[in-house]
Amino acid sequence: MRILLLAPFVGLLWVPFYNFQEPALFGFPFFYWYQLAWVPITSVLIWLVHRARPRDDAP
Amino acid sequence: MANQIDWVALAVFLFFFLLVTVMGFLAARWKAGPVSAHLDEWGLGGRQFGIWITWFLIGGDFYTAYTVIAVPALVYAVGAYGFFALPYTIIVYPFVFAVMPLLWKVAQANGYVTAADVVHGTYGSRGLELAVALTGMVATMPYIALQLIGMGVTIKAMGLTGDLPIIAAFIILALYTYSSGLRAPALIAFVKDIMIYIVVLVAVIVVPAQLGGYGAVFSAASDAFAAKGGDTGLILKPSQILPYATLALGSALAAFMYPHTLTGVFASKSADTIRKNAILLPAYTLLLGLIALLGYMAYAAHIKVTSPNDVVPELFKALFSSWFAGFAFAAIAIGALVPAAVMSIGAANLFTRNVWKSYVDPGISHAGEAAVAKIASLVVKLGALAFILFLPVQYALDLQLLGGLWILQTFPALVFGLFTRWFRSEGLLVGWAAGILWGSWTAWSNGLKPLASIDLGGAHYVFYVGLGALVLNVVVAAVATVIAGLISPKPTGATARS
Repeated sequence: MRILLLAPFVGLLWVPFYNFQEPALFGFPFFYWYQLAWVPITSVLIWLVHRARPRDDAP
Repeated sequence: MANQIDWVALAVFLFFFLLVTVMGFLAARWKAGPVSAHLDEWGLGGRQFGIWITWFLIGGDFYTAYTVIAVPALVYAVGAYGFFALPYTIIVYPFVFAVMPLLWKVAQANGYVTAADVVHGTYGSRGLELAVALTGMVATMPYIALQLIGMGVTIKAMGLTGDLPIIAAFIILALYTYSSGLRAPALIAFVKDIMIYIVVLVAVIVVPAQLGGYGAVFSAASDAFAAKGGDTGLILKPSQILPYATLALGSALAAFMYPHTLTGVFASKSADTIRKNAILLPAYTLLLGLIALLGYMAYAAHIKVTSPNDVVPELFKALFSSWFAGFAFAAIAIGALVPAAVMSIGAANLFTRNVWKSYVDPGISHAGEAAVAKIASLVVKLGALAFILFLPVQYALDLQLLGGLWILQTFPALVFGLFTRWFRSEGLLVGWAAGILWGSWTAWSNGLKPLASIDLGGAHYVFYVGLGALVLNVVVAAVATVIAGLISPKPTGATARS
């Protein structure tokens, strides 16, 4: 489960993957909306990892 | 350019500034504890901040006023490259989630207040403790100075000139930090963050509507960069890709080594508070991404500035009515107070615990620690103020840049010990010195640019110097650990001594 925490590093640090203008979304070039999209995705990934944690380790 | 005083904006500005000043002084009674009796109370707010207070506090001091000014300024000047702040402030959170709860547990269990406390407790080395403490203090001072620059830009935009407004604002800040400690910025952060959220939401909805939508904003910026040429544009030039990625990674690893962010972590109530914040804090990153776009909106609004730092204030003045511009400027100026207060508290905690207690007065009482820290916070802030008043602004910017690479060199000493005890304190100290020296020298000889370059197999690679220094730091630390093990096999660094 904790492997999910590495996904944002791969998705954002491998820049050639998203260094494009097209396809645009709501006027935002791909470069911008792709990176902005990683904000909620990262929150959800961390939440999933947190939810899967053993309960006794919580405090 | 702005010599006319905008009285409406100024009145709104002063109202909010007075509001937070009163809050700052009253904060001593909020969630009251004996503020002057124990450093945990003055310097960490009693270690009791829950999810929401921590969210506002860390959000308020990690995303600083300077960010609101400087990130759009960089985006305005160079385009896509200035956006590295976005991946940086995203990938920092998986790291925070994985590492900071462990650090909090160590600090909580042993009553540690600073990063250098943790390092000393782990390795029992006074030398390594001092290295971490000095790095933290030296890296923080120019960072405080930058907050003043951010505040100064907004005050100038309202037509006030001279140093007096900045000095007045700073004396007020110093006094309530002195009396209330971390409770003051924690309480003010609520106001500041809500104001910033309102300003940015209005800006990202209203401004593109006035300018013809985001498509028009991006195309105006694209045209401007096409005319400007050089390493600018809406997407990265191939030569910018590696600098972009390494700046993002290096900045993310450095972010929570700073005294002000760690103070927010240590002041939390529980490890789970920090984990939940790693989930919730990215909301600020969304905000930062939208703030960065103000740099492009300036092109669509035909804003012309001599210094990129004036982009945001000029944009607000051009597009908002006077009273809302005043509200926005107050948000930025108050946004400078929160991090400046937390930074001075973090630096003061380091001085008290790791310099004063370690070298001057080992038998100091808890109340004595709080007293020393309160004085130290005043000295730190006066130092930052003197910096701004008597030295060229560029010095603060250059030192802040070097500060980022310096603070990153404390990463191995602070973080590695949470996972492995293999490294020895001698090794970590030599690695720290190697990283600082090589990094500073490289940045200096490149005219204080944060980039270094190497040639490997005929190819030329340009990368963030701080990250390069960190790699060197770790390699040297590992080699020195092996050598130290050969010279004196007794593992002096394996257990805590005092």
